[in-house]
Formats: sequence, C-alpha cells, structure tokens
Amino acid sequence: MTQSFAPGADPATPPPAATSSGMHGFLRGLSGKLVIIVPYLWLLVFFLVPFLIVAKISLSETATAMPPYQPTFDGLTGFLSKLSSFSFDNYLWLTEDALYFKAYVSSVVIAAISTVLTLLVGYPMAYGMARAPTTIRPTLVMLVILPFWTSFLIRVYAWIGILKPEGLLNQFLLWTGVIDTPLVILNTHTAIFIGIVYSYLPFMVLPLYAALEKMDHSLVEAAQDLGCTPTGAFWKVTFPLSRPGVIAGCMLVFIPAVGEFVIPDLLGGSQTLMIGRTLWNEFFSNRDWPVASAVAVILLLLLVIPIMIFQQAQAKTQEQGR
Amino acid sequence: MAVKSLNSIRRNFSPWTDPAAKPYIQFENVTKQFGDFTAVNNLSLTIYEREFYALLGASGCGKSTLLRMLAGFDEPTSGRILLDGQDLRGVPPHKRPVNMMFQSYALFPHMTVEKNIAFGLKQEGMASADIAKRVAEMLKLVKLEQFAKRKPHQLSGGQRQRVALARSVAKRPKVLLLDEPLGALDKKLREETQFELMDLQQDLGLTFVVVTHDQEEAMTMADRIAILDKGEVMQVATPQEIYEAPGSRFVANFVGSMNLFEGEVTRRDETSADIQIGPDLLIRTVNPGNSERKAGVNYAVRPEKIRVSSKKPEETGVNSAQGEIFDIAYLGDVTNYNVKLDDGRIVKATVINSNRLAEDPLTWGDRAWISFKPDAGIVLTR
Ligand SMILES: Nc1ncnc2c1ncn2[C@@H]1O[C@H](COP(=O)(O)OP(=O)(O)O)[C@@H](O)[C@H]1O
Ligand SMILES: [Mg+2]
Repeated sequence: MTQSFAPGADPATPPPAATSSGMHGFLRGLSGKLVIIVPYLWLLVFFLVPFLIVAKISLSETATAMPPYQPTFDGLTGFLSKLSSFSFDNYLWLTEDALYFKAYVSSVVIAAISTVLTLLVGYPMAYGMARAPTTIRPTLVMLVILPFWTSFLIRVYAWIGILKPEGLLNQFLLWTGVIDTPLVILNTHTAIFIGIVYSYLPFMVLPLYAALEKMDHSLVEAAQDLGCTPTGAFWKVTFPLSRPGVIAGCMLVFIPAVGEFVIPDLLGGSQTLMIGRTLWNEFFSNRDWPVASAVAVILLLLLVIPIMIFQQAQAKTQEQGR
Repeated sequence: MAVKSLNSIRRNFSPWTDPAAKPYIQFENVTKQFGDFTAVNNLSLTIYEREFYALLGASGCGKSTLLRMLAGFDEPTSGRILLDGQDLRGVPPHKRPVNMMFQSYALFPHMTVEKNIAFGLKQEGMASADIAKRVAEMLKLVKLEQFAKRKPHQLSGGQRQRVALARSVAKRPKVLLLDEPLGALDKKLREETQFELMDLQQDLGLTFVVVTHDQEEAMTMADRIAILDKGEVMQVATPQEIYEAPGSRFVANFVGSMNLFEGEVTRRDETSADIQIGPDLLIRTVNPGNSERKAGVNYAVRPEKIRVSSKKPEETGVNSAQGEIFDIAYLGDVTNYNVKLDDGRIVKATVINSNRLAEDPLTWGDRAWISFKPDAGIVLTR
C-alpha cells in the first residue's frame, strides 16, 4: 500500500514506515495490544473483582439473612449510597480476639518451617536431576510431576493411613524393632510438616531444577580450579547462581502453605491453629461472612510482602540478562 | 633493550635438546576412555618448565581432554601424569598448582570483574590488602582498569577473554592451561593478543600449555607444537621443524599446504637420493631421509619453494617439469598457481609478488615450467 502511494508523494518527505501506517499497521498494533489486554482482563475478572467483593463484605455487618450480611451489594449506585454504613468493626474485632493473631503467627511459622524443610529435601533432588545424563532428565521431571495425576485430597488421606498409630509407618518400625511403642505423629505439627513438604515438593523442585539445569558446569570447575573445595564451590558458585530458583521455589511453597486448610485439618488434629482453618470456621460454622472476609483480606495483605520480594528478585535476574 | 635480550633468551630456549634437562610435565602412556570411545590413546608427552607448548589438532581429537586431565577434572583411564616428578593421580583440582583458562571463559556471572580476578586469591587466604594490590596489577596488565566494577555480561568478547586470562594468572600458577584462548576473538584482536600472551608468559616465567586448532596461532606462539590426531601424538617439534621437516604425510598435509609426489627411490646414498615420479619427473634431493624404504615413498615440497616460469629452466631433466597453468588465485602478497603437468598431476606453487607488476605474467592456459632446488623438499616414508 505504501508502495503505490510513493510515486505521487513529495520526494522530499520520505514515505512513512510501513509498520506505523495504514490498515495493516493498525491491525498489527491492535493485535499486539490484545495480547497484553487478555491477561489483564483475566486478572480483572477473576482476581480483582472477587477481591473487591470480599473486601466489601468485610466492611459489612453480620445479619440473619441470605446472604448473611448487611448491606448487600446492589450495583455501583447502591454501593456508593451505602458507603456510609460500612464499618471497620470486623477488623477491630480481629485485633481484640487474640485467637486471630495467634492463628496468623502460627500459620506463618508453620509455613516458614515447612518451606525450609521442602528446600532441604528439594535442593538435592533438583541438583541430582540437573546433573543426571541429559537423556534421562525428561523422565525425572515426569516423575516429579507424576503425583499430580492423583487427587490431592486422596494423597493427603493416604498419609493418615501411613502416619496413624496403627498405620504403615508404625507397623514397619515396630516390626524392625526400632521402636516398641507406636510413635504419635498424626495430629501433631510433624504430620503437618510431612504433609506440606510432600504436597508442595514439586513446586520447589521444578524452579530449582530450571535454575540449576541452565547453569554452566564449567563454572564449578573454574571455582575448583581456583582453589575451592567441592563444598566451597557449591556455596560460592552453584548456590548463589541458583538463587532465583530458590526464591521462586520458596515463594511457591510458602504462599499457599500459609493459607493451607486441607493438610492441617486432616493431619494436624483439632488443636492446630492455622488461619485457613480459622477462616473455614468463621465462614461455615459461625456463618460470619464479614469477619471471615476480613480474615481473608488481612491474609492477602500479609502475603503481598513475600510476593513483592519475589517480584523484585525476578526483575533483578531479568536485568542481569540471564 | 629489554625486548632484544628476551628474544635472545627465547632463541636459545630448547631444553628438549638437553638430555640433562628435567621434564616438568610428563604424560606417560595416558589413555582416556569415555564408555567405549577412546578420546586419548596411549599418549606420551614431555613439557619443560617455562615452555610455551601448543597442542594442535582438529576439533574432537582430544585436546581439551588432555588439559582437563592435567587440571584434574578427568582422571586418565590408564597411564600417569607427572608434574615436577609428582604423580597427579588422585590429586583434586583445587590442590594442583595448575590453573586453567576455559574455552567458554567460565566467568562467574554473579561477580564483578574485580571479584572474579580476586576469587582464586581469596581461596588461598591472601590478606585483603595484598589481594587488592594483585587485582589492580592484573587489571592493569590486561588493560581493564576502568571495567573493574562491571559484571561479565556487560563486557565484550575480547574483554571477557582478558578477564578470564587475568583470573587464571592472578594466582601465579606454575602451569597455565589455555583451552582455545583466542577462539572467540576476531582475527585482528586474535593476532594482537597472541603477542600479549607471549609477553605475559615471558614476563611471569610461567609454563603455558595452550590448545588450539589454528595452526598459525600455534606457529606464532609456541616453542614446540604437538600435532594430535584421534587422541594420538603425530609429531612434537618446533614450529620450524613441523613446517620444514614434517615427520609424516598427515603432519605435512595438516600444517600449511603441501605438494606430495608419490614415487620410487631409484638411487640413494648418504647425502642424496633420486626419486622417479611417473615417467616424466625425476627428483634429486639432498634430504634423502634415513629410511631404507624404496617403493611408495613421498617427496613433499611446499608450494612457495616451487618456481613457475614460462621460460625453460637452465637445467632440465631433474627437479623440473612442464605443464599448463590451470588455476590462478591472486591474494595480493602472493599468487597461488595450480599447474597441471603433462602427466595430469596438479602442482601447487606460490609466487611472492615482490614487484608490483610481474615481469613474467602468466595466465590461464599458458605453457609453464615448474622447478625447485634439490633442498626444497623432503622424503616421507610414513
Ligand atoms: N565427558 C565426555 N563423555 C563422552 N565423550 C566425551 C566427553 N568429553 C569428550 N568426549 C569426546 O572425546 C573426544 C575429544 O573431545 P575433546 O577433548 O573435547 O576434543 P577437542 O580436541 O575438540 O578439544 C570428542 O569426540 C568428544 O565427543
Ligand atoms: Mg576443545
């Protein structure tokens, strides 16, 4: 198109660049924008809107109604007119009852310990995978993902069968004679740690593997050549270079583990205090949607911090051009 | 006149001719197998202290494997490697007084140039003031002072090469191993850096073992060159010997370009030999070699030692033949002719263009004579 106009055009002005002019360029620009718009639209519809609904409920009051809160959501105008009747009472309530604070702290602590344990188990696995012959690496990755083919719930139930006093583990240990009374593992924090480490291991191993696999092994050799012991070379070269993987893996385990409900509920027993269970109780036992929503909002804000750390680390590795 | 005195030292450096000289690095019947593939086959080498030693061979012939065994990353399947008389088997890389400059440079991407260079010194437990001093010295040596705080990915290929070099010499290793150190550089930078490497080796008094597949590079830098093929040593000699007196047809063909005339020895004494090449060409040489073999020998003569002329040489009958110009390649400094002899043989001849306009212009299809002196070539029996 640009070509056909060229003869008539003033010879002093160069023809406009094909990419930025004409129908073709416009379409290309639009499709370029569409590609960016789609994920934003997705986030808007499935993340931001639900979050705003939850945030709004958290500012409402409990009511014996259906849905069980006041005022209800009826369009933007209704929302604006009833703005005055919103209150922060639910958030104040969270600070008054020590239960919530304890549940948050305990969740963060349990998630943090589990994350460290997952890292300790996952790192050697990922390292072994990255050092394995190239031909068997895809198989190893497959094996890591394989548990996802079974329902998460069923796998957690299976752990009950393993960990309970008369379960497989205790039977085995009694049989070998290592112990003479069954170990109490089920309904303790240990069981929760086992459950989280087991369930979230792939989320730790895969990013670690990705980071370790692309690392040039001659870097480790260079470090040894310059006088590092193999252990020294690991800490000075391998580990720092796998840091993006470590951070990604830890975030992928820590963030969902903080709000984890199924594992503490099934393996942790009744005395376990985790925010996911508190949330569940508020929602379904107490039917107090506003307080439950407030708990959820605070949980989200709590998790924004590690997510931001994660993003910053990602940006930094990208800037490093690796 | 420091340069001159260095040059004279260089000229006199030939410990391999001195039977009393103690070898510094010895490969004794070293074999290295990967699975059932033999990368290095029963290879023996001797390298002397302060020598600039080049391993030259085609890609995949086992050069890197040799260096890696010396550095300790691979152990020989059989045989021994000795350094200063000590058997290196079982000595881990970090305990060997050997540093390597990697083919890929292997710079630590998470460290600045400065930290990269300081890395080895820190492992040694050197005091930080001394480290700073040594690093500054090294940066100056490789002319990268203003890049000290950069990360490797912010440098050009040539600059990275310099950092890698600085890092590997910072510890003043007894032996520096360089795996295709100049492979990633463009031609001009490569030629400059060759001389810098030679100066560096001289100034620091180190032993250099450099791997290359570029014969010009090996010829320029090395005191001696080992020609490798399929994990075996074909010949070890000075660049001049390799070029002028190759030990086998493989070496003759591998280094530079070569005319090989296969024929039969018709007469031979201590100082000369006659070789009949086909019915038309009789070669008389003053380098008869020391083999008794008569049939199927090769006379090897370099193209630049062959004269091409439209005029008949004064003496015909020996070391001359007639043919026609088959191909001409004008390269500026020299012109390469392919002359097709009357018996069909193609002979390569290189003529140096010492005058701007040739006094004897030859063109495609012209009748021409080739001729060479009795000491132009050598007899090869392998
Ligand atoms: N770790 C290894 N496993 C299997 N084969 C190898 C290994 N390292 C090198 N080789 C093989 O040994 C041969 C020599 O390799 P190398 O020493 O790297 O050659 P080059 O002379 O090009 O440096 C090559 O054919 C290569 O494929
Ligand atoms: Mg190599």
